[in-house]
Amino acid sequence: MNEKAKAKGGIKEISPIDVYKLLPKINCKECGQDNCMAFATKLVNREVLIEQCPPLLKKENEKAYKQLKEMLKPPVKEVTVGTEPNAKKIGGKLVMYRHEFTYFNPTAIAIDVTDEMTENELVNRVKRAEQFSYEYIGYTLKLDMIAVRSTSNDPERFRATVKKVTETTSMPMILCTLNPSVAEAGLMAAPKSRPLLYAATKENWRDMAELALMYSCPLVASSPNDLDTLATIAKTLMAYGVQDIVLDPGTFANEGLADTLNNFTMLRRAACKNGEELVGFPLMGVPMVAWLDNHETPEEIIKWREAYLASMLIVRYADLIVMHGIDGWSMLPTVVLRQNIYTDPRKPVAVAPGLKVFGTPDENSPVLFTTNFALTYYTVASDIENSKINAYLLVIDTEGSAVDSGVAGRKLTAEKVAEAIKTSGIESKVKHRRLIIPGKASRISGEIEELSGWKVQVGPRDSSEIPKYIQEKWQP
Amino acid sequence: MTLLPNKKKDDGATIKLSPEILDLLAKFQQVELEDFEMEVGDLEIWLQPGAVAPLPTLKPAAPVVKGKPAELQRAQFVLPVETYPGKIVEVKLGATRGEGGTRGRSIVIGGETSPAYYTFERPVVHPPVVTLDVFDMEVPLSKAVKMHVKDVVGDPAAWAKLAVEKFGADMVTVHLISVDPLLKDAKPKDAVKTVEKVAQAVDVPLVIGGCGDPAKDADVFQEIAETFAGERFLISSITRDMDVERCAKFVKKNGHVALSFTPMDLNLARELNRRLYDFLGKEDIVMDLTTAALGYGLDYAFTNMERARLAGLMGDTELAHPMSSGTTNAWAAREAWLKMPPEWEPRELRGPLWELTTALTLLLAGVDLFMMMHPAAVKTLKDVVKQLTSDGKGDPAKYVKWLSLKP
Repeated sequence: MNEKAKAKGGIKEISPIDVYKLLPKINCKECGQDNCMAFATKLVNREVLIEQCPPLLKKENEKAYKQLKEMLKPPVKEVTVGTEPNAKKIGGKLVMYRHEFTYFNPTAIAIDVTDEMTENELVNRVKRAEQFSYEYIGYTLKLDMIAVRSTSNDPERFRATVKKVTETTSMPMILCTLNPSVAEAGLMAAPKSRPLLYAATKENWRDMAELALMYSCPLVASSPNDLDTLATIAKTLMAYGVQDIVLDPGTFANEGLADTLNNFTMLRRAACKNGEELVGFPLMGVPMVAWLDNHETPEEIIKWREAYLASMLIVRYADLIVMHGIDGWSMLPTVVLRQNIYTDPRKPVAVAPGLKVFGTPDENSPVLFTTNFALTYYTVASDIENSKINAYLLVIDTEGSAVDSGVAGRKLTAEKVAEAIKTSGIESKVKHRRLIIPGKASRISGEIEELSGWKVQVGPRDSSEIPKYIQEKWQP
Repeated sequence: MTLLPNKKKDDGATIKLSPEILDLLAKFQQVELEDFEMEVGDLEIWLQPGAVAPLPTLKPAAPVVKGKPAELQRAQFVLPVETYPGKIVEVKLGATRGEGGTRGRSIVIGGETSPAYYTFERPVVHPPVVTLDVFDMEVPLSKAVKMHVKDVVGDPAAWAKLAVEKFGADMVTVHLISVDPLLKDAKPKDAVKTVEKVAQAVDVPLVIGGCGDPAKDADVFQEIAETFAGERFLISSITRDMDVERCAKFVKKNGHVALSFTPMDLNLARELNRRLYDFLGKEDIVMDLTTAALGYGLDYAFTNMERARLAGLMGDTELAHPMSSGTTNAWAAREAWLKMPPEWEPRELRGPLWELTTALTLLLAGVDLFMMMHPAAVKTLKDVVKQLTSDGKGDPAKYVKWLSLKP
């Protein structure tokens, strides 16, 4: 956790002192911190924004502000798609490996629609993407954008489709066509919504650059499997005045998978380790290329491939992915993986042990226990909370082990459970002496009874069944 | 042959899938075209990959703007290739008759000189291998897994045969859980008999899994190590709370390999490896840094393994061992096996995809040996490894067709 943030290119490391030197050093506390040094430390840790220091935004501090901006600039530029309050930020990566710091801006997931869908199909699909939602240990996992593809290549149709999408959802859009006339028609239908424009190629770059500037929207540079040309297009676009660029090195499934991973990895390494500015932009992946497979491939297999391709791209540096399959079974692993990879690794694995109270328990309420592994605890806690049960939960210090691995690795023992019962004061809170234990800890039930003098009830193996279990099996 | 699910349009309810879909996932390559044509009409979406949009009606090119580039400004992308002072140790698993054992082949893992699948830098030395789980008694299995092994549960030899012959396992893990004093408390001699049967049924290298009781496992492992001297079994696992010296000695003396297991802490991993070095060669140690399931700590497992691999390449010899992953742990996540509301079904697909996603994430962190469960996840993992270790053939002309794909 004391690894310092790598500056652009990993060439220099930023210390809070370097940042502090550029701050007003008046300890005015307007930023909410105790002093400028505390604010500097938080800036280095990316826990606050430069703009949260009001004196720095004054005219006389303009130079220091710009220097700080440059100093803290991530090697992968942060690009905003859409407009507030529904804007989505992509990129903004400080490091190549998440353990070097943490990753910001989880990979945005866009769902495609086309301008040849019926209005009904279009609206249903957009709504389905918008309503996709999964509750996972206190987070709501959602999809992020709509990629509107012009399969008709007809400007009128594209305009009408983009219009319909903006009427249906406030999710940011990606406008997908290589035809500048079609792109322009789409932009005219959503002139102020700052969609991501896909794409500038080595053929159409000038027209696309003009459109991006005219509508002030970010632009994808696309050059499948040719990184020299990709850098060339990026360089040209920058010279043209386009600042917000996204890179598309192409996504290849199956026989091209090695190229896909190599391209994404090389681009990210060049940006983060070598400070290569031409490729210091967010990367876009297209797992929906899985649908380009042969006719005889069954749909389930295509979705399966698209899902694992998406997961590999999330691990290997994609900042934005476009998907076609939207089934729950295939999308769930992808969104959960994204949440995992973008979890801050600086956060501890364990929660504080002790007695937790849910609802308003009384002397007859059930007493359960779980481990202090953060994910186990949050899963159990959310299952109990959601069911509105009044209960006590003893959190055992297993040094961050889950129940099954804790039992196997002797981190969760009958001694520890008995000890927790004694020290938690639970014996003065309830008049019964009955403990519900996790089903996966059934092996140590006898020992717990011996050591604690409490009667043990072996509960369900999964905490999702706790509400039902308590309803049926708990009698004080 | 009814290979395809009969999927109805707008089917919001649970999709009824025949179990064959999983065979299909595993065996897709062999299926003949005729089998599909009858069913094509049932598919909800049928894409026409060949369909290309009409030629773009390009608007007249924008006039050249003064002060702005009129031509592409050439740039070169410099390949960011690096070299590393360290190299991951090569470990040989299994021994043939010529090598002092009875296995049909031995398998070498490790040997990496670059991070996982940085093939722009250096080719993969030894592709990772998969060992499938076989249990010596009935255990709770998820529905998605059980349907593939229901006929062989309770018969480890038949289970091993199925794993190797039908599911393509490179190796087999014999989990000797019946020796657990809190379960059946079977004797070390009983465990030897189980291993004997499996070793006769299949000739792949074996992993010997214990029950988790440190004292009992040491007894069981010793009995097996001595009985099967020279086989280079992977003894899974040696942990910090076991008699490490005793275990390391019988592993070394009888020519096996130790799996050094630690609970997600690189300092503990280094410490245990150092204790093992007193008795074992570096080439006799594989390490298991603990695998947590997708959704239940995979991030910790991934980062721990990625750090270990990078450290090994940077010259930290105490972490420069091939890595094994208990990928089967993916099934500990409720989303892998739980029956969920219809929009998340079928779990018969969600479950193996959960295991596959866990495996592929760790593949990219550098895992060399996967301990796995579901045949479809195994099949896909092996396909992916094959694709990643061959020359990429990414076709730009095919790629751009995603824009014009027509549902």
